[in-house]
Amino acid sequence: MTARTSFWTTLSDPLIRQNPVTLQILGICSALAVTTTLATAVTMSASLTVVLTLAAGIISVIRRHIPDTIRLIVQIVIVASLVIIIDQILQAYFAAISRALSVYVGLITTNCLVLGRTETFARHHAPGPSMIDAFGNGLGYSLVLIVIGAIRELFGRGQLFGYNILPLADQGGWFTPLSLLLLAPSAFFLLGGLVWALRSIWVEQAEPPEHTPPLKPRSAK
Amino acid sequence: MAGTEWNPWRRLLALPNESRTKTIAMAFLVSGLCAILVSSATVLLRPIQTANRAAEEQAQIEDLVSGIPGMTALLENAGGTLSTVVIDLKTGRAAQNVTRATLDAALADPANWTILDAGADLAGLGQRPDYVQIFLLRNSNGIALALLPVTGQGYGGRIDAILAVHGDMNKIAGIAITQHSETPGLGGRIADRSWQDSFPGTTIRDDSGAVRFNVARGAATTAFEVDGITGATRTGSGVTRMMRFWLGPDGYGPLLDAIQRGEF
Repeated sequence: MTARTSFWTTLSDPLIRQNPVTLQILGICSALAVTTTLATAVTMSASLTVVLTLAAGIISVIRRHIPDTIRLIVQIVIVASLVIIIDQILQAYFAAISRALSVYVGLITTNCLVLGRTETFARHHAPGPSMIDAFGNGLGYSLVLIVIGAIRELFGRGQLFGYNILPLADQGGWFTPLSLLLLAPSAFFLLGGLVWALRSIWVEQAEPPEHTPPLKPRSAK
Repeated sequence: MAGTEWNPWRRLLALPNESRTKTIAMAFLVSGLCAILVSSATVLLRPIQTANRAAEEQAQIEDLVSGIPGMTALLENAGGTLSTVVIDLKTGRAAQNVTRATLDAALADPANWTILDAGADLAGLGQRPDYVQIFLLRNSNGIALALLPVTGQGYGGRIDAILAVHGDMNKIAGIAITQHSETPGLGGRIADRSWQDSFPGTTIRDDSGAVRFNVARGAATTAFEVDGITGATRTGSGVTRMMRFWLGPDGYGPLLDAIQRGEF
């Protein structure tokens, strides 16, 4: 395998084949919370991708010098600092979106996806591959968020990025918004449907059943 | 070298990573560097954030005024802007030697702040500025609406709000929460329109002049109460104390009296 293809698979694997959200079910808390509109989903995706990539780079650079006993704390401190910086930047330059995201930017710190990638990949690989892997995982997360955000905003409000796409019934059109899609449960339905669809297409993603039921009940003597 | 050897890189480099000295040194290094990064980001970006917040506050004031019935027309008559007055809280009159332009400079001087003793400090502020900028909207009979900035201590931190009071200085016309750090979904609902909608029409003081405003536990039952928020009792009592302080004798009380007497 040449270096080029390995870089390419590191980057593209997390998009669908190894998608962190749909395959590993990591980081779904924020994926469900911020996808009511496409704009918040995109901002959240971009923030997480930046934080994840930078954190993976930094942790990978110092990976040989992180004492094992405090490695989780060191990683969390680095991630948390990056998150605060991103949050400050959002508050300064994207004030409206930052208000819409409220606490969820801060919660990137505790997003299992970030710690999962830094702990399992960045701690064992050189900065280059680590950042590519992190970037790929960020993109995989973004893909899911953007798909769910687009569906929720399009059918929940008839809009995309705040622009009317479907003519609304109360404004003389034909489309009645499905308010359910703006509520949290709809995100579960959509994510579940997405996971099911992906695992039907890529059968190898399906997990083996945790226990097999007995073949047939034994008749009592 | 101590510790289990499971990491091939570490074995390769044979660094005593598990030594106590290195652990402590790494902890200090990482936290120090992160602290520098975070503080510099905060300090560098603060001016932009302050400008954003000021713009947002302005938008909220306009929103607040336009939400009060009959005020939009008055505002248009007044040329679309509210008149700004810096008042001296000690006397309840317009400040003599502090103007809008010199307000910031005046407040930088500790002499222009009053230290509140524990009994009077309902809002948990510790000290109170002597000069405050308020907004007034006049009609032919005098003052139709006063917008009073208030601040207090909530559950999660400071709450900043702007209170709109009708010309009789005893009926609340509306409130806008400009800044808070309450729990999202619980106390954070003070920023929701649905909660703020219970403010208009609430009476501030009873006939004896005592401030009776109160955030109820549950739905409001008297003319002095507004609805409480379930699960946010401490936020509610924070709002109550904030309003009682600012509408009382150490806050805008003298100003309200002066306006009621028609001296303003």
